[in-house]
Amino acid sequence: MFGYYIDLALRSLKRNKVLTALMVLAIAVGIGASMTTLTVLHVLSGDPLPGKSQTLFYPQLDPQSLANYQSAGEPPEQHTWIDGMNLLQARRADRQALMTGGTVPVRPPLSGMDPFYADARYTTADFFPMFNVPLLYGNTWSAADDDNKARVAVISRTLNDKLFNGKDSTGQVLLLGDDALRIVGVLDSWRPNPHFYDNNMRGSYAQAEDVFLPLTTSRDLKLTHDGSMSCWGGHTNDKLETAPCIWLQLWVQLDTPAKAAAYKEYLTHYSQEQKLLGRFQRSPNVRLRDLMEWLDYQKVVPSDVRLQAWLAFGFLLVCLVNTVGLMLAKFMRRAGELGVRRALGASKRALFSQLLVESGVIGLSGGVCGLLLAFLGLWLVRQRPANYASLAHLDMSMLLTTFLLAVGASLMAGLLPAWRACQITPGLQLKSN
Amino acid sequence: MEIRPILSSLRRHKVAAWLVIIEVALTCAIVCNAVFLISQRVERMHMVSGIAEHELSEIRLANLGVRPDSKARTQEDLAALRLIPGVTQVSVASQLPFGSSETNDNVKLDPNQKLPTLSAAMYWGQNLAQTLGTQLVAGRNLRDDDFRDLDAVNKAATGGDPNDKQLPQVLVITQAVADKLWPGKNPLGRQIFFDKSPVTVVGVVAHLVRPSNLSSGTEYSFLVPIRSVAGDGSSYLIRSAPQDRQRVLKAALAILRTLDPRRVVLEKRTWDELRSDFFQNDREMTGLLVGVCAALLVVTALGIVGLGSFWVAQRRRMIGVRRALGATRDDILHYFQIENFLLASIGIVLGMLLAYGINLFLMVHYELPRLPGIYFPVGALALWLLGQGAVLGPALRAAAVPPVVATRSV
Repeated sequence: MFGYYIDLALRSLKRNKVLTALMVLAIAVGIGASMTTLTVLHVLSGDPLPGKSQTLFYPQLDPQSLANYQSAGEPPEQHTWIDGMNLLQARRADRQALMTGGTVPVRPPLSGMDPFYADARYTTADFFPMFNVPLLYGNTWSAADDDNKARVAVISRTLNDKLFNGKDSTGQVLLLGDDALRIVGVLDSWRPNPHFYDNNMRGSYAQAEDVFLPLTTSRDLKLTHDGSMSCWGGHTNDKLETAPCIWLQLWVQLDTPAKAAAYKEYLTHYSQEQKLLGRFQRSPNVRLRDLMEWLDYQKVVPSDVRLQAWLAFGFLLVCLVNTVGLMLAKFMRRAGELGVRRALGASKRALFSQLLVESGVIGLSGGVCGLLLAFLGLWLVRQRPANYASLAHLDMSMLLTTFLLAVGASLMAGLLPAWRACQITPGLQLKSN
Repeated sequence: MEIRPILSSLRRHKVAAWLVIIEVALTCAIVCNAVFLISQRVERMHMVSGIAEHELSEIRLANLGVRPDSKARTQEDLAALRLIPGVTQVSVASQLPFGSSETNDNVKLDPNQKLPTLSAAMYWGQNLAQTLGTQLVAGRNLRDDDFRDLDAVNKAATGGDPNDKQLPQVLVITQAVADKLWPGKNPLGRQIFFDKSPVTVVGVVAHLVRPSNLSSGTEYSFLVPIRSVAGDGSSYLIRSAPQDRQRVLKAALAILRTLDPRRVVLEKRTWDELRSDFFQNDREMTGLLVGVCAALLVVTALGIVGLGSFWVAQRRRMIGVRRALGATRDDILHYFQIENFLLASIGIVLGMLLAYGINLFLMVHYELPRLPGIYFPVGALALWLLGQGAVLGPALRAAAVPPVVATRSV
């Protein structure tokens, strides 16, 4: 019976090619637009470290002066050197890393290649195990290297390919301007998405950095640091260690909720202690957001992308209403034929399923075309210069969603017209003909 | 023309009628808001910068290793750049309008005030106003003896004496800042405070947009007498006639490279390129919105044509009977036109309510202003025209139905 219905549906659709094409196209464009925007949204709001993100936290303190003080305000989003180092050395969390970004002048070992600037991350030893950073060659540096301001560096696979043709470069020298660092490790391909640990650098979806070196070493070598910095009082770049400026990010790993609660208490306690010492002037104001909460708070997903998704769904809705209308017109026009079938003994149910098959065929074709349009749309997104462009790919789950959305939507669209068309009184239709 | 028969016939096609109404309403609501978004973006893209946009080029360099005596070397670079034929002004700029990085400072009108009055972008660099080409509307530009070296200023600020003479003593503000701080009054000679340090306003420029933090006041900018050195994120800014820019940029790069080869070029572009990059997203979003609006209107029009054709086909006999009973072609035509007008009107009323709702949602989540009232009549008119245009084809076909149909049995 199903095969027969399909045959009937195809015959009926062939009878009015323009109308059929119109309905398929409307669904296809609606689905294509929604899936493109939904995929971009899905990719951008993803979890950079699935399975681990709930144990990673971003502590916040409020070390600012009383100027501009508003109670119940949010504490600043970065740390001073003193607080960062205090929290780091207290080792109250399972793991902790203090960091900031920068750009470093790389002088290639091969002659004939011009020097260039590379993005760098100045951080501490726990960064790599804490963020599950994959290693290709060698090792990362140790806490002792942090303390000794060791001249060591870990480089990315991309940089290793560029400078050393992909060979194991551990033990080699990395020249940054006039300074020589020993390469201790090479990372495997790593692109956390979003670039969650610091979104001050080239936006929230930037590539991971190419050079990683100890934060203490970067200060010792007077390497320039990039990113946002906020100060209350004068400062010079040479004395950032004591300046009342916030410019460092701190991440901690807390494996259980109990530890997280204890750490938050510790932050409050630390703030009180600093206030007693006279360093902090404001009353304790601390936050401890986990990774996903932090991304949400930072509003990393561009508002334009959300807006586009809303727009696309509005568009899909109009396309669907339109399809319902057209399908209704089509079914009602065949009232005579349906009346004959009813009179010959077809039950309402049989008619209903026949019409539903017909709308299903339209939905399926619309879905397939919509999927092709979504691929085209995502390709267009990838051609854009935005730094998240290259991430816009359809994954399995989104592919499935598209399909369910397409078929579901068109079945829904077919439901009302099919039901209406079934309400035909066979006698009346036959008479009027 | 009687409306009653139209209404009673519509009552018999409730579902189809409601579908047209819903479609018109949704389209109306989305298109109104989309057009409003487009207008907002277009307005943003045409933002006045207040500078000689087409005459500026930027070169940003970074040193390889430590650069000793960078102050003298910067002066040397500037002197060499000034000698390039076609160059009219050069400067070291800490930041540029619509550039990516921004330095801000909080300003108070009273040193004991608790919260700052506003936060403004700080442009510094000797000869910067002349190079940018800002338009002075009152007072004077900054003079050479107003300027302090950046490191001296930082040292003085760290020292903690708010009246240290090494801190900048004067500054130039934009008209927007003047209007905000002292509305309707002459700002010249008045004092503002950076934390506790007083600075006197000596000049006002018509416009100067801030680098990127536009949401905190697009034109809250200061020109501050601080001298900085190249590197550390500062750029060389070169002014020349628009047609000379590419040649000047090339010559400048060559000269800077010969003066000190141990430098890496991070940026070389005309200011027009910088502006175009800055508004890239707005341009794309505008294109997308225009596309969606067009698609929505087309889909809605096709929907009306489709349903209209269906109704005409369904009512062929009825039309024939009416024609046979004496109705003219115009009567039939008007019947369908009025029917569409009624449906569109209900759709528009619902659509306007929905448009208002969507606008409220956007105001909360996307910091958008309220939808101006003018959008409602204009949107209504547009959808009425769209409906009439779409229904014209089916209505004409209906009017062409000959009276003889009435007497034929199929």
